[in-house]
Amino acid sequence: MGQIKLNQVSKSFGDVEVIPPLDLTIEDGEFTVFVGPSGCGKSTLLRLIAGLEDITSGHIEIDGADATNVPPAKRGLAMVFQSYALYPHMSVRKNIAFPMRMAGVPADEQERRIDAAAKALNLTDYLDRRPGQLSGGQRQRVAIGRAIVREPSAFLFDEPLSNLDAALRVGMRMEISELHKKLATTMIYVTHDQVEAMTMADRIVVLRKGFIEQIGSPLELYHKPCNEFVAGFIGSPKMNLIKGTEADKHGVATIGIRPEHLDVSSTDGAWKATVGIAEHLGSDTFLHIHGVEGCDPMTARVDGELPVKHGDTIYLTPQLDKLHKFDAQGLRVD
Amino acid sequence: MATQHSRSAARLMMAPAVILLLGWMLVPLTMTVYFSFKKYLPLRGGDLGWVGFDNYVRFVTSSAFWPSVMTTLIIVGGVLAITVILGIGLAILLNQPMWGQGMVRILVIAPFFVMPTVSALVWKNMFMDPNYGLLAHLWEFFGATPVEWLSQASLTSIVIIVSWQWLPFATLILLTAIQSLDSEQLEAAEMDGAPASKRFAFITLPHLGRAITVVILIQTIFLLSIFAEIFVTTGGAFGTKTLTYLIFQRVLESQNVGLGSAGGVYAIILANIVAIFLMRIVGKNLDA
Repeated sequence: MGQIKLNQVSKSFGDVEVIPPLDLTIEDGEFTVFVGPSGCGKSTLLRLIAGLEDITSGHIEIDGADATNVPPAKRGLAMVFQSYALYPHMSVRKNIAFPMRMAGVPADEQERRIDAAAKALNLTDYLDRRPGQLSGGQRQRVAIGRAIVREPSAFLFDEPLSNLDAALRVGMRMEISELHKKLATTMIYVTHDQVEAMTMADRIVVLRKGFIEQIGSPLELYHKPCNEFVAGFIGSPKMNLIKGTEADKHGVATIGIRPEHLDVSSTDGAWKATVGIAEHLGSDTFLHIHGVEGCDPMTARVDGELPVKHGDTIYLTPQLDKLHKFDAQGLRVD
Repeated sequence: MATQHSRSAARLMMAPAVILLLGWMLVPLTMTVYFSFKKYLPLRGGDLGWVGFDNYVRFVTSSAFWPSVMTTLIIVGGVLAITVILGIGLAILLNQPMWGQGMVRILVIAPFFVMPTVSALVWKNMFMDPNYGLLAHLWEFFGATPVEWLSQASLTSIVIIVSWQWLPFATLILLTAIQSLDSEQLEAAEMDGAPASKRFAFITLPHLGRAITVVILIQTIFLLSIFAEIFVTTGGAFGTKTLTYLIFQRVLESQNVGLGSAGGVYAIILANIVAIFLMRIVGKNLDA
């Protein structure tokens, strides 16, 4: 139904190669997230799949059929854009009806699908408003509604939540996840926010400079990042990467330890250090710690009840079974 | 502008501009209305006293009045249609990425900077002259008899000349409007299965609605009073006498200031009727 296969797909703008040849298979019904820092080519990759950009070389297969030269409208994919791209002069109803109108769906069938989508997305009361009269979250839902009614074989999301405020973002994240569970349609979701990636994905594709760094489930990436980049990108707060003599003790170039895998004591431990900034979140406290050789500042995540303040001397001990080791090329050593 | 003092200071400083503008409009308007009720023939006796509404009646009952109103509306309507339609086309073309875009855009704007008198003379002598005009040569090249543009197709010729002058203005406004169209909307429509023609009809054209309104309103204001283009080409002959031109003939050629002033008042009324219609039809586009 919605399997998408990229075979040696590459993209260049003039002389600049944005995406070197890459292979990727997205299974039917899977929620795949492309994540990476800005400029890593994740949006370009999505636009290549959508057909909005021509690929420079390689093949794209959708549902087993070659779609490399198929125009975007004929690929059976629906896209939700970052700016929502609603048609401002049309009512919500007409916006949602637009793809069906273009496809020549009969009017009563259009009505049925619009009502179903509006009910699913809580838009029933807003069908006759214009996009300009809606809030950001409502516009987002209209954009999703416009995608749903096409009954596509896969949904493409291009950073759909980045224009929403933090609280709304969490809510929409859940709604999109629920939608995926309900429809069980393939979804490809582009974001630069690793929290979105971790919370929503079945499978995460980490990209950097057009290269796929690692593909795996959220927990695979968390527990076994295959290189330093993925280790630093996945997880919040970021993993502490320690170079120098401490790493030499383990016989590697770099060791990594997540802030939540550091034991903090006020009396003794492996590393003696000073507390810099302490961020109290209530449930947890993030300590920014100075004085550990090879990693400054180091971050530790401790219980919110722990009485620490700026300038305190503390002792840190890494949980050795949770230690990540990387060689001089930054690759994981097991 | 918060305090009483700064508000009165602002009023004081704006006063000269407001007074100048008011004087600029009110004095000629009052004079026009004043003369329209008089029999005033500067070379044939001067001020011959009050005549009531005599001038108004004579102006509308003259055989030249209704044809001149029609001519005015045809010219305005024709130029609007040509400039808006071609302007949209040109704006779309100029919005495509191409080599030398900046230069081409400047060249497209150029006709707007040519004075009306000059451009009308250039068209009359270089293009439309039946003996040595470029169009005559073109016609002869294909073995046809050259058209005597300004006498055989006089109204068309004037519409062409005026359109040529105003096309850059329309193009410029519409181009800036097209540039402000969110490309994601077009991409979304493309994904939704709309071919290029439907993307134009459903996305681009509605987006241009407001800009088209502005073009129509501004051009109408100026087109109702075109004069130089007629004066230097046909001189009002061959059915090209607009209301403005008729008033000019009454005042300066017939030396009948009273009759011309009455025509001027009619012109004001006509302009306002057109303005009200335009505001009704297209003004709602500006609200959204």
